[in-house]
Amino acid sequence: MTAIGDRVATGRWEHFPHDADIGVRGYGATPDEACEQATLAMMAAILDPETVRLEQTVDFALEAPCLDLLLVDWLNALIYEMAERRMVFGAFHVKIENDRLKGRALGEAVSRARHAPAVEVKGATYTELAFVEDRPGLWRAQCVIDV
Amino acid sequence: MDVSRFEKLSETAWRIAPFGGMRAPAIVYATEDLMTEMDDKVFDQVTNVAKLPGIVRASYAMPDAHWGYGFPIGGVAAFDADEGGVVSAGGVGFDVSCGVRTHLTHLTREQVVSVQQELADALFEHVPAGVGSEGEIALDEQGMNAMLLGGAQWAIERGFGRPEDLDRIEERGCASGADPAAVSEHARKRQRREMGTLGSGNHYLEVQEVAEIFDDEIAAAYGLVKGECVVTIHCGSCGLGHQIGTEYLREMVLSAPNYGIELPDRELACAPIKSELGQKYLGAMRAAINCALANREIIGHLARQVFVRFFAQEDLPLMFDVSHNTCKVERHAIDGETRQLFVHRKGATRAFGPGHDSLPEALRPYGQPVLIGGSMGAGSYVLAGVKTSEPQAFSSACHGAGRRMSRHAATRTWGGRQVVDDLRAQGIIIKSPSLRGVAEEAPGAYKDVRAVVDSAEAAGLARKVAFLKPLICVKG
Repeated sequence: MTAIGDRVATGRWEHFPHDADIGVRGYGATPDEACEQATLAMMAAILDPETVRLEQTVDFALEAPCLDLLLVDWLNALIYEMAERRMVFGAFHVKIENDRLKGRALGEAVSRARHAPAVEVKGATYTELAFVEDRPGLWRAQCVIDV
Repeated sequence: MDVSRFEKLSETAWRIAPFGGMRAPAIVYATEDLMTEMDDKVFDQVTNVAKLPGIVRASYAMPDAHWGYGFPIGGVAAFDADEGGVVSAGGVGFDVSCGVRTHLTHLTREQVVSVQQELADALFEHVPAGVGSEGEIALDEQGMNAMLLGGAQWAIERGFGRPEDLDRIEERGCASGADPAAVSEHARKRQRREMGTLGSGNHYLEVQEVAEIFDDEIAAAYGLVKGECVVTIHCGSCGLGHQIGTEYLREMVLSAPNYGIELPDRELACAPIKSELGQKYLGAMRAAINCALANREIIGHLARQVFVRFFAQEDLPLMFDVSHNTCKVERHAIDGETRQLFVHRKGATRAFGPGHDSLPEALRPYGQPVLIGGSMGAGSYVLAGVKTSEPQAFSSACHGAGRRMSRHAATRTWGGRQVVDDLRAQGIIIKSPSLRGVAEEAPGAYKDVRAVVDSAEAAGLARKVAFLKPLICVKG
């Protein structure tokens, strides 16, 4: 884990500061990878993703008019499923083609004792939203989540 | 924030003249110290709000303002439907009608301290809090619709509260114009098991001592007695409100071009009040307000059930319940003419002054109680609405201290166990399912609430009535 100012970078995801909430950011060689890493960053805002057992899978199929809205929709779909299924997730697979995203989340039922979740994510927001290729082969996916 | 970018109107009021698409000026109420401490994003956001169609008079920020979504947290703006005014899902936020209520007790500090640990344990046990917590109320489709229409009135009819509470809740516990049909299946599903739960983050239930009185007459009218204890609950509309915020924000972002609205920031997603989408959102948002009012009423009932186990005579009368994240239809005087406006308060409190006809008779001569949430250690305030707040900011005031440090910075600065132990040494018991959550909410992560409240009073937004010091805090 590397501290960068008010950020912590773990592998290819990091949190960036927001006054009240949390910025999540993922990097990757492809949009798929950057999206997966941003998702891990969101989970890490709630708990340590490594404590999550990958016992159940949930599949998603989403469509949005542009890449950054697709990111917000994906994160919000996960937030909804976590709330509705009382689950937490620890691993993700994302495949983005044009304006469509197919995703899979792996996780288990939330255990307040074992996971000790710190916050509930209310929603992924459009604040600081970006899903861009900073330079060839380096994609960045980010937004602020409301906790 | 650089104060040189503002025109100084007084020691606590700063103005930005319209520029670059602003349809009205922006005004921030704060001392120079608080202004300096504010994030630059507050400048961007308070000026962006002033670019929205139909804005009336000005875009305002309260002394606790900080970087929010579209609107600053601590942002206030009113829109006129007849002038193309908009309703903004971003201007209300994800936790629709998140707010605070305070119940009175006749217990002295000594009585509470004599059972402090047991009382804290019982409250933590009885009031569901934190991620993944579930209430005991299961709502079927009919029950959900009744709750969304009835708010706290529904809760009381179901036996979770007392009829006399309604006088002490905004809009008598029920927002009119709620439209359950505008609330999606997803939003309903998220709420099925969440009635009567605190939620997480900065939500809490606190037992507090009335430690200081600033205005004897108003304190007496509110029922506040120095040395006695109160119970304060801070929470909102749970999963239902969050889902409504998520869904309507998206719909408004995509629909804005169809309405000819150029959004300065996507989080300012909005729709004309007179449009189909605007009306649909208002119906859903009012249903979410009712969900929050019902939720706080149920949690108040749960707190009563716990207190009566320890103190048989205690019935915890409700002092007041007020929301922070809403859009409300109100009448305000604009250039000598009374107009109906849609007032957005995002992390700001309605603060009607003395004589306002919406206040219950017992409170009308004194102004509306304005409940300012504090952090676990710094304490909270009760303020009273004043008449000067109407022309200043559509009868609005601050809502809390406002964060001065990110959550991550807080966890790097403090450990949860350390915060719990430090507060225990100060006589405050913290109960929370998450030590990291406690660290993120450490009192030091917030601005000085006293400075914020003093600033609000000096700006004529509200007047100080009492200071409340925590003894027990159940964190969500």
